[in-house]
Amino acid sequence: MTATLPAGASLQETPIERLGSTGSPPPGRRMSRWPDALFSVLAHGAAWITLALLAGIIVSLILGAMPSIREYGLSFLWRAEWDPVQDSYGGLVMIYGTLMSSFIALLIAVPVSFGIALFLTELSPNWLKRPLGIAIELLAAVPSIVYGMWGLLVFGPLLARYVQQPLQAAFGDVPGIGQLFQGPPVGLGLLSAGIILAIMVIPFIAAVMRDVFEVTPPMLKESAYGLGSTTWEVVSKVVLPYTKTGVIGGIMLGLGRALGETMAVTFVIGNMNQLESLSLFEAANSITSALANEFAEAGEGLHQASLIYLGLVLFFITFVVLALSKLLLAQLKKAEGGRS
Amino acid sequence: MIHRTARGLVIGATLSLTAGLTLAQDITGAGATFPAPIYAKWADAYNKATGARMNYQSVGSGAGIRQIKAKTVDFGASDMPLKDDELAKDGMLQFPTVIGGVVPVVNIKGIAPGQIKLTGQVLGDIYLGKITRWNDAALTALNPGVPLPDAAIAVVRRADGSGTSFIFTNYLSKVNAEWKSKVGEGTAVNWPTGAGGKGNEGVAAFVQRLPNSIGYVEYAYVKQNKMTYTLLKNSAGNFVAPDDANFRAAAASAEWAKSFYQILTEQPGKDSWPLTGATFILMYKTQEKPANASAALKFFDWAYANGDAMAAELEYVALPANVKDLVRKQWGEIKDASGKPVAFK
Repeated sequence: MTATLPAGASLQETPIERLGSTGSPPPGRRMSRWPDALFSVLAHGAAWITLALLAGIIVSLILGAMPSIREYGLSFLWRAEWDPVQDSYGGLVMIYGTLMSSFIALLIAVPVSFGIALFLTELSPNWLKRPLGIAIELLAAVPSIVYGMWGLLVFGPLLARYVQQPLQAAFGDVPGIGQLFQGPPVGLGLLSAGIILAIMVIPFIAAVMRDVFEVTPPMLKESAYGLGSTTWEVVSKVVLPYTKTGVIGGIMLGLGRALGETMAVTFVIGNMNQLESLSLFEAANSITSALANEFAEAGEGLHQASLIYLGLVLFFITFVVLALSKLLLAQLKKAEGGRS
Repeated sequence: MIHRTARGLVIGATLSLTAGLTLAQDITGAGATFPAPIYAKWADAYNKATGARMNYQSVGSGAGIRQIKAKTVDFGASDMPLKDDELAKDGMLQFPTVIGGVVPVVNIKGIAPGQIKLTGQVLGDIYLGKITRWNDAALTALNPGVPLPDAAIAVVRRADGSGTSFIFTNYLSKVNAEWKSKVGEGTAVNWPTGAGGKGNEGVAAFVQRLPNSIGYVEYAYVKQNKMTYTLLKNSAGNFVAPDDANFRAAAASAEWAKSFYQILTEQPGKDSWPLTGATFILMYKTQEKPANASAALKFFDWAYANGDAMAAELEYVALPANVKDLVRKQWGEIKDASGKPVAFK
């Protein structure tokens, strides 16, 4: 968590200068050289193995996906058909499902997590802080398959009864918006998957936000309070600007988790390859879910290659998300530098 | 010193490796998930009876075929038989082990098991999305006097590739021309409609939870969960219920003597359940490791002789005796590198 600490412009510490090894250790300790060498080899090795693994995974994904890449090229990304019988594949439905369910998840999780972090750091009475904080962290420890089963058996029916059916009754006939609420209100589909994902990523985002809010120097906050600011003004004008890199880091952590989540999504998304209806109630499919469901039974050839291609696309999406967040952080830092 | 330790390690590892190789009489197999429970049960009983161990990984039929082709296992298992020419190309043979049934199940208030009658045509139209309501004329005509609700049909099917889906779509392709041309058959198909559940348990959970739903599961799940099954019209024109005797009737009418490539859907016979299927074992005809092949065949020979009651406990149907004899005859084709048949007795 400390890695996401903001490099505050106002509190620039003089960094401790790291010096190269000047001179040798005292003669008495120079006797045994090889433990040093061994340690150095191990440390280097560990770092390089990670890189080699990453490269190896990418290469094997590309090799495995080759038949499909050769057949479809980039058009795989916007072909909506997925038909194992005709041996014709395209990834658009799964890519859309993955991005849309993660988007819904963030749409819900970010404000809620912000509220949780704000309450825990600014508003909560002291005796409540610890139990509540631990409870939220425990949410992160629930295995994802448990979320899936809970979503299917408990949450789905509740959602269908108390959210989907009223929403459909109220907005189903409204042109435009009504499109989002078509389809069978059975508690399976994009909306359910998005909400389950939101519940799963809230603890991550909230924990990071709370940690970075807590490191805002009290002096800054108290000065603002002293000038007559309300709590909201302190949070929005002092705490948030001070911690925005950490907050964005937390959101990206949550997004990364949402994009890659498999079991919980498989249970509630409905696993249906269709794009005719963009309704949030309609069953959809995600990349991870398609992989988990079809890989074991996929025969050799184009089917398997296309599934691996999907895996490659997911790899690429998460990579882009990570790169974008780094870019955003760099931009923020630059803007800050210009101002001060 | 490092060198010495390293050498010691290498020698130790080699020793333990060779020891493992010489001792290993473990039979390894991988594939279909559908027969995994009965293979595990047989393996356990076989281990108690003979001391030999059978290690079966239920990784799915497709993965099982991949593994036997890579020769990492002694036998592969698949719910979908391979065509004879495909087997010949790889130098493999296949034989059935047990039979099971796939059963349409519904969840409609006030409807008892066996109360609804379906034909393959109507079932296909429901899964094509052409029949969308329970009080459709096609359904009421088949079920006079049954209180079918004026409600939308919630269609449930498998999301994962599976032998169960293969049996189901193969049947629909045989009896519904539009299904054959639009969707076709396979372990995974491009489903025109419906929500996908993962595994039999996923479909069973969806059907039990969604009102006015229809799905299809293996027979064992119908019995365990006391689900509302439907009757199906078979090729002889009779409406039959899913049970052991009707699965066996379908298996008995297949022409096993001609080829083991038998898909048991829509078989002739007045009692045949139309959604029946066998599950298969794949082995190479020429064995590089004849000792392992012999151990595997001994296991299946033992299971054929002693395993029928265990199969029945788990709601599988054992093969008819004449089919078992045909299989044993075919085992004569499994030979070692020098052309000597591998022993299984």
